[in-house]
Amino acid sequence: MSTVTLEDIIKPENLVYKKTDLMTDKSLSYCPGCGHGTAHRITMEVLEELGLDEITIGVAPVGCSVLAYEFMNIDMTQAAHGRAPAVATGIKRVWPEKIVFTYQGDGDLAAIGTAETIHACNRGEKIVIIFVNNGIYGMTGGQMAPTTLPGMKSSTSPYGREVEMMGNPLKITELVAQLPGTYFVTRQAVHTPAAVRKAKKAIKKAFENQRDKKPGLSFVEIVSNCNSGWKMTPTDANKWMEDNMFPFYPLGDIKTDGQLLK
Amino acid sequence: MTEEMIIAGFGGQGVLSMGKILAYSGIMQDQEVSWMPSYGPEMRGGTANVVVIVSDERISSPVLTVFDTAIILNQQSMDKFEKSVKPGGVLIYDPNGITHHPERKDIIIYQIEGARLASEMGNAKIFNMVVLGAYLKVKPVVQVENVIKGLKKSLPERYHKLIPMNEDALNMGMNNVVKLN
Amino acid sequence: MGELKLMKGNEALAEAAIRAGADAYFGYPITPQSEVIEYLMAEKPWERTGMVVLQAESEVAAINMVYGAAGAGKKVMTSSSSPGISLKQEGLSYIAGSELPCVYANVVRGGPGLGTIQPSQADYFQSTKGGGHGDYRQIVLAPASVQEMSDFVKLGFELAFKYRIAVLILSDGVIGQMMEKVELFDPIPRMTDEEITAKYPWATTGKKKGTQRRIITSLDLDSHKMEEHNHHLQEKYRIISENEVRYELIDCDDAEYIFVAYGSSARIAQKAVQLARAKGIKAGLFRLISLFPFPGKEMAALCKKGVKGWLAVEMSAGQMVEDVMLSVKGCAKVGHFGRYGGIVHSPEEVLHAMEEKIIGE
Ligand SMILES: Cc1ncc(C[n+]2csc(CCOP(=O)(O)OP(=O)(O)O)c2C)c(N)n1
Ligand code: SF4
Ligand SMILES: [Mg+2]
Repeated sequence: MSTVTLEDIIKPENLVYKKTDLMTDKSLSYCPGCGHGTAHRITMEVLEELGLDEITIGVAPVGCSVLAYEFMNIDMTQAAHGRAPAVATGIKRVWPEKIVFTYQGDGDLAAIGTAETIHACNRGEKIVIIFVNNGIYGMTGGQMAPTTLPGMKSSTSPYGREVEMMGNPLKITELVAQLPGTYFVTRQAVHTPAAVRKAKKAIKKAFENQRDKKPGLSFVEIVSNCNSGWKMTPTDANKWMEDNMFPFYPLGDIKTDGQLLK
Repeated sequence: MTEEMIIAGFGGQGVLSMGKILAYSGIMQDQEVSWMPSYGPEMRGGTANVVVIVSDERISSPVLTVFDTAIILNQQSMDKFEKSVKPGGVLIYDPNGITHHPERKDIIIYQIEGARLASEMGNAKIFNMVVLGAYLKVKPVVQVENVIKGLKKSLPERYHKLIPMNEDALNMGMNNVVKLN
Repeated sequence: MGELKLMKGNEALAEAAIRAGADAYFGYPITPQSEVIEYLMAEKPWERTGMVVLQAESEVAAINMVYGAAGAGKKVMTSSSSPGISLKQEGLSYIAGSELPCVYANVVRGGPGLGTIQPSQADYFQSTKGGGHGDYRQIVLAPASVQEMSDFVKLGFELAFKYRIAVLILSDGVIGQMMEKVELFDPIPRMTDEEITAKYPWATTGKKKGTQRRIITSLDLDSHKMEEHNHHLQEKYRIISENEVRYELIDCDDAEYIFVAYGSSARIAQKAVQLARAKGIKAGLFRLISLFPFPGKEMAALCKKGVKGWLAVEMSAGQMVEDVMLSVKGCAKVGHFGRYGGIVHSPEEVLHAMEEKIIGE
């Protein structure tokens, strides 16, 4: 029996998957099993497939994905916490022919940056917002987010989110779908290959809308796990997400071509 | 020459625009000017005033507390600014609505019945031009031709047909200002 | 000679933005500077030069729009008044950290809190010592006339791009609201997209294949690198301090008693100099134009020529006076006079303060 070496395997004819050049070679700083890495990758793949990368400027948030600019191999601006939609507005308004997107977490987009989010959506800024909702503040160590589910534990709701005292979780995606300035609003996930394919299609549509100068903002929520923040293994976290997050944050398109679906 | 003056009255009497016309006329004859209004809620319905300086030299403070001339168009302003006229200075006022007339002996006091004259001319809006005419008669700091030139430059074309009426109002003020002491 | 106009300071600032070839203005209304955005919206510069004007949802959003557009190499501007400027501090700190060029104006009103809409100079510390978090500076220019409200926009953009720094035009309710004669400078065309891409290699305009990508950020989790970045910033501020000091001396040649002031207080103090001279007091005015960099060395040099006393005149409880003291300490007496909370001091009060506090004993 002959031994198979790495050199025998790594050959062009054996290539089944190639990392897009739009992801840098830097290893991701995310926890294993975290959805951020996949969301980054499919966003970059879409830009590559659409051939838009040379005219794209991305805006990174404050949150676990603050270092998105280390991984996305395109021109990027890092925004203050919550301000990405305003920063993107500034860029898009002075460079209307470029493609501009923000990539934000739920604390960033739906708590500290709610005003910027709503107003960029309502003005119908011709940008894409990619919104990774993991129901928690991942970066700062698992505090309660505006999206944390009722009863869900976090370091600032250690006995579970008590709605009476801590308020209700915010379905900001449904909220922005009501605004006349949004053109495409959808909710996706990236925890299974099938979900990834769907999410990628949605992201593609969002960037096509911007490229084709469709009237309004395209908003893609990705419900994701934060296994570290939720204090679960990655598999348990995904299971918990399916059982608890998806019923509250149902997947699917909410608004397409400027029309609400329900 | 430096003329430091205040125009004070109600918002809506054209106090600020009178000052503006004066400042604009100063520019027309190559003088330095400044126009410093009272601003904010004080203006809404309440009193409005503007400090105007016209000078041959670079103007220092646009904010003043004593004046060569005060044009006073309501009682509140009389209460506030009669005392702010420099000794030997000039106070011009419209007696309309004035219950306590000025009493100082060390200043020169003039009256112009601007409100009455403007309504007799059939246009309450030219009130401020009547008062401006009175002022220019007493203190010819700018020439009337430069006032007209300034109006032409500062008003949009569509209002130029109103200029002759404004000129009449200026003359009306010049001919009817009365020295009281 | 440029076009002569009678304008409010706020209007002159807005017109100057268009003429300076600004690409965008982002703002939010607040008294006493709302005329800036009102003028721009009425003037429609997007039809004149292609300049973008947008009313943001808050000052926070406005400064972050500036951040985004400045990072993409464009000439951008915002303005506000004190409470709104407080909200912009986070964005300004990011702009300092990321070394982005921009011009912004503060038409100061009295505080603290909602305070008053009347003029004040109580934001001196905030303007010159940082304002937001972190070790940073910005160039601060203090216009004392409507003419300078216009001129400093042009100068501000030049300095902003020369040093990749925020330039603050520190005005106040007097300068913003008053009208004066202003000679408008000839319009400078906006830069083309090609010019911007060529001239500012750091700007995020889209990464061409095979080229280095551009990242606008103020973050570095490696503290050693962050310290290095801070050294670089400090060195930049030092160079600015050496080269960009601006001030004006009025009647200082033989002056024994000198007023130090900026902005509208300088105008008032100038009148106080006239009143003093009429009384036989040898008074002069040291008018600060750049507040950062502060002309401390120049002040110290002048002090040695026989100055007996200085009076810092500012519409605050005493902020700029600290820098005056640091500059001329041990050389001559230093005092402070200022009305505040929205009260504007009179020339007579200012002269009286000099007589009482400095000449007095
Ligand atoms: C003004 C400000 N406040 C607070 C923070 C601290 N902070 C950093 S990230 C974060 C929450 C991020 O949560 P989220 O947006 O959900 O992103 P995730 O890490 O979960 O992806 C907070 C509160 C900050 N950086 N700036
Ligand atoms: S903390 Fe949560 S969101 Fe952050 S990288 Fe880890 S799993 Fe992802
Ligand atoms: Mg989160």
